[in-house]
Amino acid sequence: MKTERAPISFNVNGAPVALSIAPMRRLSSVLRDDLGLTGTKVGCDAGDCGACTVLLEGDPVCACLVPASALEGCAVRTVEGLGNGSLSALQASFLAHGAAQCGICTPGMLMAATALLECNPRPNEAAVQDAIGGVLCRCTGYHKIIEAVMEAHRYLEGEPPSRFDFRLPASGNAVGASPVRLDGLPKVTGAEKFGADSFPKESLSVLVVRSPHHRAAFSFGDLKAYAANTPGVAAVFTADDIPGVNRFGVIPPFADQPALAEHETRFRGEAVALVACEGWAATQLDLADFPVAWQPLSAALEPEAAQAEQAALLHAGRPGNILVRGFVERGEPDRALEQAACVVTGHCDTAYVEHAYVEPEAGYAFVEHGILTIVACTQAPHMDLEDTAAILGLAPDKVRIVPAATGGGFGSKIDISLQPLIGLVALKTGRPAALAYTRAESMMSTTKRHPAAMTASIAADADGRVVAMVFDGAFNTGAYASFGPTVANRVPVHASGPYLTPNYRATARAIHTNGPVSGAFRGFGVPQATLMQETLFDELAERLGIDRLQLRLRNALRNGNETVTGQRLEAGVGIGACLEALSPPWARALADAEAHNARASGVRRGVGIASCWYGCGNTSLPNPSTIKLGLSRQGKVVLHQGAVDIGQGSNTVIAQIAADALGLPLGDIVLRSADTAITPDAGKTSASRQTYVSGKAAEKAARTLRDNILRFANASPAAQFHLESSVLTVWEGEVRRHIELDRMAEDGDGLVFSAEESYDPPTAPLDAKGQGTPYAVYGYGAQIAELEVDLKLGTVRLLKITAAHDVGKAINPLLAAGQIEGGIAQGIGMALMEEYIPGRTENLHDYLIPTAGDVPPIETILVEVPDPEGPFGAKGLGEHVLIPTAPAILNAIRHATGVSVRKVPATPSRILAALAEAGPA
Amino acid sequence: MTRYARPKTLDEALSLLGEGHWRVVAGATDFYPSLGNRPLTEDILDINGLTGLRGIARTGGHFVIGARTSWTEIQHADLPPAFDALKQAAREVGAIQIQNVASIAGNICNASPAADGVPPLLALDAEVELSARSGVRVLPLREFVLGNRKTALRRDELLTAILIPERAARGNSAFIKLGARRYLVISIAMAATRIVVDADGRMAEASVAVGSCSAVARRLAGLEQALTGQHTAAIAALVAASALDELSPIDDVRGTAAYRLQAVREIVVRALQTAAGDPQRRAAA
Repeated sequence: MKTERAPISFNVNGAPVALSIAPMRRLSSVLRDDLGLTGTKVGCDAGDCGACTVLLEGDPVCACLVPASALEGCAVRTVEGLGNGSLSALQASFLAHGAAQCGICTPGMLMAATALLECNPRPNEAAVQDAIGGVLCRCTGYHKIIEAVMEAHRYLEGEPPSRFDFRLPASGNAVGASPVRLDGLPKVTGAEKFGADSFPKESLSVLVVRSPHHRAAFSFGDLKAYAANTPGVAAVFTADDIPGVNRFGVIPPFADQPALAEHETRFRGEAVALVACEGWAATQLDLADFPVAWQPLSAALEPEAAQAEQAALLHAGRPGNILVRGFVERGEPDRALEQAACVVTGHCDTAYVEHAYVEPEAGYAFVEHGILTIVACTQAPHMDLEDTAAILGLAPDKVRIVPAATGGGFGSKIDISLQPLIGLVALKTGRPAALAYTRAESMMSTTKRHPAAMTASIAADADGRVVAMVFDGAFNTGAYASFGPTVANRVPVHASGPYLTPNYRATARAIHTNGPVSGAFRGFGVPQATLMQETLFDELAERLGIDRLQLRLRNALRNGNETVTGQRLEAGVGIGACLEALSPPWARALADAEAHNARASGVRRGVGIASCWYGCGNTSLPNPSTIKLGLSRQGKVVLHQGAVDIGQGSNTVIAQIAADALGLPLGDIVLRSADTAITPDAGKTSASRQTYVSGKAAEKAARTLRDNILRFANASPAAQFHLESSVLTVWEGEVRRHIELDRMAEDGDGLVFSAEESYDPPTAPLDAKGQGTPYAVYGYGAQIAELEVDLKLGTVRLLKITAAHDVGKAINPLLAAGQIEGGIAQGIGMALMEEYIPGRTENLHDYLIPTAGDVPPIETILVEVPDPEGPFGAKGLGEHVLIPTAPAILNAIRHATGVSVRKVPATPSRILAALAEAGPA
Repeated sequence: MTRYARPKTLDEALSLLGEGHWRVVAGATDFYPSLGNRPLTEDILDINGLTGLRGIARTGGHFVIGARTSWTEIQHADLPPAFDALKQAAREVGAIQIQNVASIAGNICNASPAADGVPPLLALDAEVELSARSGVRVLPLREFVLGNRKTALRRDELLTAILIPERAARGNSAFIKLGARRYLVISIAMAATRIVVDADGRMAEASVAVGSCSAVARRLAGLEQALTGQHTAAIAALVAASALDELSPIDDVRGTAAYRLQAVREIVVRALQTAAGDPQRRAAA
């Protein structure tokens, strides 16, 4: 139903505004839809995420909870009003500190912090935490944000622009420097356009009808009548309208997921129909009125139920509901276990974990000159293109994907979500079609981290050398394949941890259920497996009476060792260096804990450690990146940067690599986006591959470009370049050659010199026993967690995380530290609070992720053991950083209490139950 | 078409309430999340034009908290230590963004078992003033909130004020919220306590209220009786010996019933000890 409009006058960022609007319209919608101020983000529409924080009469409020009627005569400030054409001190400080990664929470953070700074210009950490406690960030781990707020006053002195000295490093000095991110400015001004920020006015709004049941048959009523009789509805579409192959999946041989379900839905939230309506009608339609009849069917939500004899098969041809089995075997694990001096055995369970990026999936589609263009947030534009084209029955060259800024992804925005849905509407109606998922839709319908049920045994000799390990993991892969095969294959390769394990067998099964689809999430199953392995290592150390760090150091892989897949690691193995770097903090932490525990009884302190290793790029599969760059007539280095930057920093890191390989300063580079029409495929942003794989492609392309120029200038490799306006100077000693770029002919990309190179990591297939070379480069790390457990409440207070990560070469140390802090925050969530339950936690107040008060101080130690394969020696980092956190926390809980918690999240309830089970201490 | 009204006087508001079915909206922080993305189908009575319903006054033997008073205003109000628990709870209602607009009456009328404001108000013997065109009635808060999302509010009534009897505004108070993260969290359990300690360290009065452990936050009458007249040093033992049989927690995503019963006993002890002045307990759960 509609409510009458009313005139409302207020003031936004100093300018008067007079509107005639429905009084209960949300302020967030008024700002974004009526006034075009899209800097204010919508993350949940429920006051749970704070992304829409604005100042109302100077006080921070959630714009999604403020009715327009409350605005009469009031002053509203948004992120667009902070800088007055320049940057506020706080915005400058955010840039300088790397406080914005993906940038979706940044406007809300800036507004919440601005309110604090206006009454307390030099706040302490606690005051900042209190001020931003209501704004969720999923990327940064909050510390860089808190530092930026605390130090904002330093940017108040002097006059702009001198007070904002963001000069980029000189030629040859880009790699290893920490310049402000090249894409940082729009993130702090609110100008960045995320998926929902640039919908064309004339767009049809797309609403998605979804299954309310875990499994159901369904039939439609009179859709034509519904479309004809519902005001504002332009059209309704179902699976019958899909012109192509209604099956998609990130791994083509396993593609099994319909864009719109046919006859039966396999999980709650699965889409069955689309309602395309005029924008004004979208808020007045109640999808409860949509003519669909549901017949709930028996659903299997757990792998045990899905594997029961009478269980229905989710997909024909997958007997036992098993999607994929992964297997790695080496040596004689059973015999070695039998004969070993010491064997420990255990089990460990994990929950569904939601990515909980603050930006729900959003985008729009339109058809122009026969090309379907989709502008949406994504981690993998070229994969989006292929899947969308196939579903819509279009030739690949008739689809163009233009990545919007992506407000966090962490794996889930690799799979397509709304791309075929908006594409279908645009194609069928000829009008632009726009859709922004609600928070509930995003949580229900997109992928999760696989819940795992794992068992393992690890055997060592009397000296504490691991002789064997056996691992088995059942991974709930949900209703469709997504990256289930990747998880099943990656886990057995990594379940040993970065330790020499001569006898080994690991099995992993991806099992279909009627749960949400499990897919890629930072680590592809390895964080779960590492929980199993690293907690058993602590039991092993205890049984053997060996210090826990020493046990790990004793078994750490070294150069020349063979992994559990029989891959001989010739160089670049950095786990020993990481553990050695942690030795002094480990000794200090143990002493602190002992001293504390000698004094106190009700609150016990504990220290835990865990390691990680992680292969960068696809497992034994081709995984190329292509990078193109060149010089324009205007005298810029144009970098076609196809490695989608979802906040992790590839726009900056790839450019830093390219700058130094080319021999021109970073400041000469301008970026072209990962638009599939203009930029070659740099692969998906996943598997910690962009710095290494795309970075290597960028290095190769930049060196080729350099060679091309040198040849043109008839100069030797020792020559140096200098760009000034449109003149490239090549000089060698006294000889200078000036190349007037604006007089040269440009190619179709507007380049006068150009180069394009690909790089594909040299891997080899795994044999039947999982032996082979799955990855060309591995990264390593280890973390120490210090915490206190309240024995009466089962609550955990984290005191500190110390993280040592071997990145090979820190191309950008600030961004690397940002990855580490953010990954740790996600690891904390996995360890202590995150558990997605379909139908129950489809919002951000029942599904909890860490807030600014939940991430303890983090000390980052960047270890650089160069890898000969990586660009400038660099390795991947993005997923590694999350892996050790949860096991280190569980190990610290055990150290504090003597009790092993065998299911994460280790909620207060579970910890207290484990303590009770163990009996009085 | 739905109706929207923003009356400027209480009389006008009460007249409208007498005429039809209205959804009363103040801070709207519970209204929008419950609406979600569905279209608005209710007639809205926006009471934000009623300026008289905001602020805290002391009249006629009561502290009178206007229905629209925000949690931020409560945090900053000049009130005796018996209100410390309420002020601490005010800092835990959502985040600052929520506290700036959410009203105390909304927290009560929303009738969530996890309403942060209710236990401290129960510990203050709070009453609610319910106004209708036909007259005003006053109910004890414990008789007003009847169940999960259920109150004794009649359709023609507006909750206009919360009344704290001056006789209850004595002693010291404390509030502890147990949740799985630091900010913006729905409690697993919470406890509000208020005690009046005499010169000998004995508790002349004790109020204990617990939230999130029953459909409606409850006063623990049995425990209060056991505490009254006893020395504060005996708090832990007295709580341990008490049955707490007013509570009937459930298993949910935040914790098991068994956990709640065990944990709430501990936070009750801590909240009592904090109110008794044990500085060790200031840094609560």
